[in-house]
Formats: sequence, structure tokens, C-alpha cells
Amino acid sequence: MRRITMAFLATVTLIVLLFSYPTSTNRVASAASVATTTGVSTSSSSSAAPSGSSTSSGTSSGSSGGSGGPTGTTSSSTTSAAMSYTGTAVDTQYGPVQVRITVSGSKITAATAVEYPSGNGRDQEINATAIPQLNSEVVQKQTASIDMVSGATYTSTGYLQSLQSAIDQAHL
Amino acid sequence: MTAAAASRLTRTTRAWVEQVMGLPISIHVRAQDLERADIRSAVRRTYDHLRTVDAVFSTWRDDSDLLRVRRGTLHPRDAHPWVGEVRTLCEEASAATDGRFTTDLVGPDGTRGWDPTGLVKGWGVREAAQHLSAVAGVRFCVNAGGDLVCGGGPRSDAIDATWRVGLEDPVDPQHITRVVALTDGALATSGTGARGQHIVDPATARPVETDLTSISITGPDLMWADVWATASFVDPGLLASHPDPRWQEYEIVGRTPQNPAAG
Repeated sequence: MRRITMAFLATVTLIVLLFSYPTSTNRVASAASVATTTGVSTSSSSSAAPSGSSTSSGTSSGSSGGSGGPTGTTSSSTTSAAMSYTGTAVDTQYGPVQVRITVSGSKITAATAVEYPSGNGRDQEINATAIPQLNSEVVQKQTASIDMVSGATYTSTGYLQSLQSAIDQAHL
Repeated sequence: MTAAAASRLTRTTRAWVEQVMGLPISIHVRAQDLERADIRSAVRRTYDHLRTVDAVFSTWRDDSDLLRVRRGTLHPRDAHPWVGEVRTLCEEASAATDGRFTTDLVGPDGTRGWDPTGLVKGWGVREAAQHLSAVAGVRFCVNAGGDLVCGGGPRSDAIDATWRVGLEDPVDPQHITRVVALTDGALATSGTGARGQHIVDPATARPVETDLTSISITGPDLMWADVWATASFVDPGLLASHPDPRWQEYEIVGRTPQNPAAG
């Protein structure tokens, strides 16, 4: 449990969203928008060569979703074997929540909230504990081998909604 | 079916997700060829259907038929025909559940009026999914914010029909309480979740005070599974003791007490 949480904390410093896709197999056209919430970003992902097949996943963009956010962009991974998928930004009453997962060998190896409400002290207090906990839960739940989750309009609605869309893109 | 035969079933899945009716609604399709144009077309029509449901019944969009009827600026006979259809279904649901399911609710603005929201999602997703069950050679599962409907089209025997659904424990979200395998049918979960105590006891017009935080129901039809999940949250014993044989196929598959030690 602790180790998984720490793995997440390590991952959150590496959030780089790539809004363009490589035109050749080993070159990233551009890397934009460091969406980190921790303020620490490294360049270690720049050498990644995303295999790039996930853009054909058939994920439709949400055309009806209110103010919405970036829908279903796929970012590169930080290792050669893993792929990352960024879920749809989901508007909650507290602000937008967006989740990114890293998938390796059809398992979620990391889940990070790339965007979550931090507008006031109370938000930060809640999210300082809630988000790392949720991220580690995602990884743990992989062991159950499930296709879907049913819940009572989830306790962490925005997180899980965005997570579901990321999972959908990854075909898990 | 032998294990060897089961392992030969097609499990290749493609998923779509869109935000409709304030929910992320994902459509998962298994087929041997997921590039088929008829599959994409059916998925598009499913979402189109759901967006129309939202346009007619949204309680957030001022121009929805529902809100215009409530304000008195649209005569019910001029509204979308679905408004009358849903009104009839709501009355049927209320009668079937001895009034535990109701649409006569006090809204956030304090006014009391007809609010079919508790039925519209299940009904709308059920109806929309018919676009998918008409497609040959596919199995599908639609997940509307945790309420699911699964099924398949004609000649889909070679496709894996089973979807493993984890019931999330709202008390301890680290765990799923149970995994339910669904093939044809629906699963709905009702409870107090992120949206607070949104289930109202029709007898008192107050939020339900219960020892449950969630209840999950399976059955052949999503609308009725959802209606029964809502009614069973108010009265957990009602479904099992109901004399109408129509409800025998509906089953409580998950109950989460507020205090696990007491449950």
C-alpha cells in the first residue's frame, strides 16, 4: 500500500501531456502544457517513443459535455513499454478533475490526477489525502480483473468518471 | 461450455465514452471486427438517442420540455411524446413499489413538482441500447455512471457475453464488495454517494435515514432495476416479499451498511 502510494508520488512529477503526435516512430513532434500540480517536472519523458496506436481506440470526444475539457487525449509514456491515457476532464461542483493512467502489459501501473480542485485551503486539505489514496486504489483494484465498476454515483465522482474514460481508451 | 471453448470466444473490446446527461456514459462493444461501419453507426445513434433524452428531460437546461411543462409555458400535449410515455411509466413504477418510488419531489428551489429524473436515466439508457442490440455479431455493455445494461445482437454466439462488474464499497472505496458476472440484463446501484442524500422517503419528503449506503440490483431491464434499487433503498425488504411474479427476476446482489461492523 505504502509502496504503491509512493510510486504514484514519483509519477506525479512526470506529468507531461503531449498534444501532438510523432510523425515518425522515434520523434515527438512537440510537448506542451506541463500540467503538473506539484510544480516539479522533469524532462525524462522526452525520449519516449509512443507506439501511437491508441489514437485509433475509437474513443469519441464528448461533444455534449457542458464546458468540458480536453477530451481523451493520449499522452506518451515515460518508459518504452508503458502507455499512458488521459481521461476526459470531468467537471464537478468543486472544479474539474482529470485522471491519467499508465498501462503496462494490460495492467494499470500508475494512476494520477493531473487536474483536481485546489482553489482554496479546504480543497487542498481534502485532496492532499484523497487523491493519493484514490490513485493507489486504482492500482489495487486491478487484481480483481473486472470489466466495469458499479457504484452509488461514486464517492469521488469526478475522479472515477475521468478514470473510466481513461480505462476505456486503454481497452482494459 | 468447456473452458477450452470459452477461451475461444472473442473478447476484443472497443470502448467509447461521452458525457451525456451529466454523466460519463461508456459503451463497450465486443465483435470479431470492430472496424465495422454498422457498429460505429449504432454507437453514434445510441449517443444521439441519449442526447435527445437529455434535451427533453434535463432539469438543468431551461429549454427542456420537462422544465417548460413545469413552468407552464409548454402544454403537455405539445411536448415531446416521450414526456407522456415517461409520465405513464412513473405512475406504473410508483404503483409497483407501493409508493416507495415517487416523482413528486421537492426540488433544490423548494418547489414541489413532477421530477422523473429517477426513472429517466434507466429508461433512456435501456431504450438507447436497443440501437446496439439490433447489430448482428456484437455483445455490448453500456455503463451510465455505474448503472449498466448488457446484451447482444443476433448471431453473437462466438462473442464472449460475460462482463465482470465490480460493486464498489462506498464505505471503504479501497475494496469492491463483490464481482457480478452479467450477460444479458442490467445492474443498478442506488445509495448515498457523492451527491449526498438524494433519496427521499415519499412518506416524509425527507432524505431517507437508513443503515445502508448503497444497494445494487440485477434484473432483465435497467429501468426497473434502477426503480427497484431506489425503492429498496427506502425499504430493503419490499422486493423479495413482493407478490407480483414480474419482479422475481430482480435480485439484490449487493448491500452496503453504513457501519460494516453492524452489517
